Amino acid sequence: MNTAAKTFKTTDLDSDFEVRTENSECVNYSELDKPVLSNLKFAVAGILFGIILVKSEVISWFRIQEMFRLQSFHMYGVIGSAIVVGIISIFIIKKFKLRSIDGEPIHFEKKKFNKGQVYGGLLFGFGWALTGACPGPLFALIGSGSTVIIVTLFSAIAGTWVYGYMKEKLPH
Amino acid sequence: MNFIEWIKQPWPWYVAGPLIGLMVPALLILGNKRFGVSSSLRHICAACVPINISFFKYDWKKEVWNLFFAGGILLGGMITAFFLSNPVPVVVDPKLAAELAGYGITNSEGLVPKELFNWQNLLTLKGFILMVGGGFLVGFGTRYAGGCTSGHSIMGISNLQLPSLIATCCFMIGGFFVANIVLPLILKL
Repeated sequence: MNTAAKTFKTTDLDSDFEVRTENSECVNYSELDKPVLSNLKFAVAGILFGIILVKSEVISWFRIQEMFRLQSFHMYGVIGSAIVVGIISIFIIKKFKLRSIDGEPIHFEKKKFNKGQVYGGLLFGFGWALTGACPGPLFALIGSGSTVIIVTLFSAIAGTWVYGYMKEKLPH
Repeated sequence: MNFIEWIKQPWPWYVAGPLIGLMVPALLILGNKRFGVSSSLRHICAACVPINISFFKYDWKKEVWNLFFAGGILLGGMITAFFLSNPVPVVVDPKLAAELAGYGITNSEGLVPKELFNWQNLLTLKGFILMVGGGFLVGFGTRYAGGCTSGHSIMGISNLQLPSLIATCCFMIGGFFVANIVLPLILKL
């Protein structure tokens, strides 16, 4: 068992993929090697996502405070209906074995539970209530003109770095 | 009312939510990418300051799509501010407005309260906790949890992953605790 696991890890590509996907939900599962500029379509998707985030006010500190005080249904409606559409979409993709536009099969993998989802989740919740923003909204807020949020974004990058630095010492 | 005026109003949840949900199949079909944003922060670390930390030693160029996506979000925010912005202040729930007025926060012209989130406030204790401390917790917490609201709450739950549901519950518990118990103490500073 042990040696098999080790030989599996010695191939560079596999280990790079393992590191890359470790503790990350939003990962590139494509195995194709495409030119950098082919990623422009994801910038277009990002632009649309950014417009939706601002126009629906889900990046507003006020909306987040209302959500955590149960004073408004808005945020629950947004996240809830997004999940419903997401569930239906993934069901359709799996059911009809849809492929990406490059012809690749679309991968879905099971996530393993670890304690980080609890401890990290709570810590992120603390930060969400303070800043009124999660990572996507940080970018959207800066774009929409709240320039001071650049500091918050740098602080979030620092937080990510410190996590990477002390990862082995944290309970998982 | 013409189209531009109509689109400038705040969008209701039943328009915005399904559109956000459609990001999930859009990214999968455009190139086998999982919807989410928080990993972009990790890729920035991996690209700029990996310093021998194994967590940042991977080929970040393979994930460059996520940086394009994050950059797009920033541009989308800009486009909205220039062309589609709502001229009216954000409508705040009366109970929240009354509570905030008690701390001297009455300006809801922007998406964030301008009395709290501004450059002058950055070096006050209150401003530092909210902007720098809060940001640090967002970056540290999302990576420790393995995802954020988009990665876990939307992508993960859409894929029926129990760990993502657990993480989302913890986001909410943490948020409820700080918003109701801790934030009032900070706003009093």
